[in-house]
Amino acid sequence: MLAPNTQPNYRADHLLIAEMVGRGSRVLDVGCGDGSLLQLLADTKAVDGRGIEVSRERVNACVARGLSVIQGDADRDLVDYPDDAFDYAILSLTIQATLQPKEVLEQLLRIGRYAIVSFPNFGHWQVRGRLFLSGRMPVTENLPEAWYVTPNVHLCTIKDFSELCRTVNAHVERAVAFNAAGRKLGTWVPLTAHNLLGEKAVFMLTRKWMP
Amino acid sequence: MNTANIRDFPAATDARALEATRPSSDYLDVPENRPLRLASEKQLAPYRIAYKTYGELNAAKSNAILIAHALTMDQYVASPHPVTGKPGWWESMVGPGKPIDTDRFFVVCPNVLGGCMGSTGPASINPTSGKPWGVDFPVITIGDMVEAQVPLIDHLGIETLFCVIGGSMGGMQTLEWAARHKERVFSAVPIATAAWHSSQNIAFHEVGRQAVMADPNWAGGHYLELGKEPRNGLAVARMAAHITYLSEEALQRKFGRSLQDLDAKSFSFNADFQVESYLRHQGSTFVDRFDANSYLYITRAIDYFDLAAEHGDVLANAFKGTRTRFCVVSFTSDWLYPTRESREIVQALNAVAANVSFVEIESDKGHDAFLLDEPEQVATIRGFLNAAAQKRGLQPARGG
Repeated sequence: MLAPNTQPNYRADHLLIAEMVGRGSRVLDVGCGDGSLLQLLADTKAVDGRGIEVSRERVNACVARGLSVIQGDADRDLVDYPDDAFDYAILSLTIQATLQPKEVLEQLLRIGRYAIVSFPNFGHWQVRGRLFLSGRMPVTENLPEAWYVTPNVHLCTIKDFSELCRTVNAHVERAVAFNAAGRKLGTWVPLTAHNLLGEKAVFMLTRKWMP
Repeated sequence: MNTANIRDFPAATDARALEATRPSSDYLDVPENRPLRLASEKQLAPYRIAYKTYGELNAAKSNAILIAHALTMDQYVASPHPVTGKPGWWESMVGPGKPIDTDRFFVVCPNVLGGCMGSTGPASINPTSGKPWGVDFPVITIGDMVEAQVPLIDHLGIETLFCVIGGSMGGMQTLEWAARHKERVFSAVPIATAAWHSSQNIAFHEVGRQAVMADPNWAGGHYLELGKEPRNGLAVARMAAHITYLSEEALQRKFGRSLQDLDAKSFSFNADFQVESYLRHQGSTFVDRFDANSYLYITRAIDYFDLAAEHGDVLANAFKGTRTRFCVVSFTSDWLYPTRESREIVQALNAVAANVSFVEIESDKGHDAFLLDEPEQVATIRGFLNAAAQKRGLQPARGG
């Protein structure tokens, strides 16, 4: 079984996502980076995986290691896919870097039976603390770039994202917040606490509407 | 087949004329009872497809790769050209230990229908008249080229090709193979190509054709039987086309404004500039190995290519239901088949949720980059083929 704490080579959110994905399913990883999630899903869940990545160098590296990846952009290219093309459409630590997060989320829900989204939580106490104490845009281990160079143009908190899910009529199947070590917060913790203590979160969504 | 000997028509370079009628490669004669129904609704029979193979077909016949060649290439993809003696045109990619590993894969490379290296084309003998076909040869399409290759694949006992791969016009054949014979193509790699030929590209082809036809030695297309050859016209066509295969950056880097063996301008129309001398050389070496009418017919076939139009103007329809694994490759400085045209192919494949990879490779070498030893192309195709081979259950190469 995949235990986040025993596999330090994998990103914590990737391991949580891998837990959610069904064996042998069809997966689209939007913003797949170096392909490590696709590789993890291929190795542990035997998925039929595809990726989209904006960086040409990373795409070429993915294809050279045998992954099916295209050079493309979440904001522009998701419209090309038919409804229900995939079992899971995944956006891992990418939604905050898209230009139109709401539209991207709606596209994910349209082309995947499930959408899985992970994102850094801007409501984390460290972020709040930096802003509160220094009066400047927070720079943390999790969000290391200064405001003028960060690709993260649409940061949100767990509460904000939950609100967006309601707005786009998505049903939250699962939501997990976790800390820097990848340890999940107990389900007994209230949402307000997740929003304060979770560094990142993973949401698994389905649509309440038919495309 | 008529026994008339091309030696009776001595204008063409002797070695080349011989290759057109008696290829030194293998060939398949498709008999009269299996006519090729052309897009023009004419029929062609009998006809010949000349081809080269490399490596060995495995017992399961599951390791065959068809390489489709570009406009002026031929079946000599990884072995010396019988007329020029030059190395194969894709030796950077094909051979033992190369991405298209001949220790692992069985490679088939046919000369296209309409070509002049042994497959039936305008330089072949028309069995009805006993003379070279010339412009009596029917106009053909990329789809016709592909259909003409089907009997060859049947003849070799191959049910499903492991891969069809090709650049430029070879990429168009690759797309036609994948669209027309979905169950027979396990994977497809269209490189530096497009799903339709643009207006600008048709325009360049027309300039080339007009240069050939304006040469008095073209003789209305019947130069072979008259013992003539439109060398000047074809050389000019090649010179113009060659510019489109390069990029402005590559030309500037390679030649700049340098003079050829001169200290100063000659105030004449000699080839003062290195770039002029280079183009003249490209033109004159080309006419030694290529038939002018073949050039007309093949450029026409490319002009007519429009895969969307063949499928109700919706490109995605061409790929509906496909299970083929695709890897689309383009080059940043290719202005003949720019990246956006590859992206259209990718969009159509995404629209049918096909398994597709798409790589744009950074290069300043223009369209011709696909023929060169581009490390990123080599790595991409090696990785794609390895992954596809794994899915196909093919063993890694011995010692590899």
